[in-house]
Amino acid sequence: MTDKSKKFLVPGISAAFMVVIVILAQLDILNNYYQTILMTICINVIMSASLNVVNGYMGEFSCGHGGFMAVGAYVSSMLSLILFCPGNSITGKALLPPESAIFLFPLVIIIGGLASMVVSLLVAIPSFKTRDDYLAIITIAMNFIITTSLNNIKVAGESRGLMGMKSALSRMSDVIDLPWILIWGMIFAAFAILAIHRLMTSTLGKGISAVRYDEISAEIMSVNTNKMKLIAFTFSSGLAGIAGGLFAHMLGFINPASFGIMKSTESLVMVYLGGMGSLSGSVLSAFIFTIMLELLRPAQILKWVIIPLMLILIMQFRPEGIMGQRELPDVFPKLKKLFSVNPDLVRHSAGEGKGGRS
Amino acid sequence: MLSYLVQNVFNALQWGSFYSMIALGYCLVYGVLRLINFAHGDIFMASCYFAFFVIAGITAHFAGITGIPLFVITLVVTMALTALLGVGIERVAYRPLREKGANRLYVVITALMIGFILENGNLALLGASSRRFPDILPKIIWKVGPVTVTNLKLLVIISAFVVFAILQFIVQKTTLGMSMRAISYDKFAIPLMGIPVNTVITFTFALGSALAAIAGILFGMSYPVMDPYMGMIIGWKAFIAAVVGGIGDIRGAFLGGFMLGIIEILVTAFLPSSYKDLISFVILLVILTFKPTGFFGVARSTKI
Repeated sequence: MTDKSKKFLVPGISAAFMVVIVILAQLDILNNYYQTILMTICINVIMSASLNVVNGYMGEFSCGHGGFMAVGAYVSSMLSLILFCPGNSITGKALLPPESAIFLFPLVIIIGGLASMVVSLLVAIPSFKTRDDYLAIITIAMNFIITTSLNNIKVAGESRGLMGMKSALSRMSDVIDLPWILIWGMIFAAFAILAIHRLMTSTLGKGISAVRYDEISAEIMSVNTNKMKLIAFTFSSGLAGIAGGLFAHMLGFINPASFGIMKSTESLVMVYLGGMGSLSGSVLSAFIFTIMLELLRPAQILKWVIIPLMLILIMQFRPEGIMGQRELPDVFPKLKKLFSVNPDLVRHSAGEGKGGRS
Repeated sequence: MLSYLVQNVFNALQWGSFYSMIALGYCLVYGVLRLINFAHGDIFMASCYFAFFVIAGITAHFAGITGIPLFVITLVVTMALTALLGVGIERVAYRPLREKGANRLYVVITALMIGFILENGNLALLGASSRRFPDILPKIIWKVGPVTVTNLKLLVIISAFVVFAILQFIVQKTTLGMSMRAISYDKFAIPLMGIPVNTVITFTFALGSALAAIAGILFGMSYPVMDPYMGMIIGWKAFIAAVVGGIGDIRGAFLGGFMLGIIEILVTAFLPSSYKDLISFVILLVILTFKPTGFFGVARSTKI
């Protein structure tokens, strides 16, 4: 294999995989149930990988990821209701012809992400001075504040929430009959993974990791720690907002209660199950977690006893999570040929068994 | 107007007492281990259920015991049971992780999971119907002008202060308290000084859980509807209160709990109750912005 063909191998395989799934969905081999599971996996991948930037790579303990998801979900669903849905609960008529949803849908989702980036400044700026558990509190309080504000905003439907986002999707399917939400879910998930990978292998990413290893020495080494924190927080919340937008459009119904502490806890569990500071770990754990939830559905309420029990056992036997700090190429060295992994970074992460502040 | 305010101040003190007592439990464990014991709110919930079954057992077998003796027996038995639960959780879930030297955040996640198990295990075991906590103390109502005070309300407020005083004595004056403070100060040098670290930690968990049990019984008596998720939100909020007070110092936890309770009740007294969380958390965030380590917290210097 030449270098050039290697470069396109991984993106090519992923693209082919997506096309195969879309074809399967189109032929109805993948029914709606499986499509929803796939979609949930995509959303969870975005959530856990983005939270990993703050909690894993930067070593802070943010427990309010659900709040940022809520911001993205609300902003993008209000936008899509106003723009594409005639007879919506906010303005009553659509501003644009509903068929334009097919072009503007990704834009709406991205605007949701941008909105949660702006809101995340409220967490990022206090993080300059506070750290550790005090910052954890700020994020938890932020989550409460966001959900209770949404409970009191009239346009956002107060505690009843918003509904009707599905009609934007059905308009899209009217134009071209494809499983649009699944397609965009997979594209955004791939985009999130790629963006995080690129960020963490760049100089900026090393700066972010430096904040975890030792904030003060990082600062002495002329790493602008405040800037690093700002970037990590806004970046990860922006992705959470995108996940929220997808979530809202997948379900077609949102209310503040679905973005509470439980949602944040789910993301936390996925990050620590996968391993702090391991991108492939969080992707893997999002898969495992979602599928486990689905498989245990017949157990009903016992599901929420069995899953925590399994997680506790995993923690006992592998206290560093499934992947620890390693990435897939560290586990399967043959994969290294496919990725242009920075050799410095590999040595670095292999030598570091348990990172983080003790 | 004034009587309305005074009445609400009493309500606020009662509500704040619960936050304080739960926050003290968080604070004890955090002070020693730097572990956010997210299961604490659910230990509180479990203690309420323990009390329920203890009372049911006593009234079924010894019908003669009522009133204050029943309350005292329930209190002691429930405290013992809850302390056992707390110590058991520590032994089974936290200690092995600690001994393996896992990152402390993994212990926090384990604590979260324990909380889930307690909540949903309870739901699976006892069903979703919420139970009514029995009245064990005869109700006495005092009227001072237009303000009414029940004996229960006074009991709650007084217990919070007594618990705080006892805890302050244990932490500041006894050898055990000294070892607890020592472990939080330097956990590597302490075993070299001949202090049995694990015994101290076990005792800390027992003490914290027993505190949660006191809060649980009094909570059940004051707000008699029990459900498996009642500990979750109150636990998270008490933890936030403890941090605003300055976690690691029990005075801070005590003060923070009362502060949160007072803010919440006063907000609901004058505004729609859906603004309760919003306003109280905004106030807490503003406080944390100006005093990043809380009221009593001391900024730790980090070694390079």
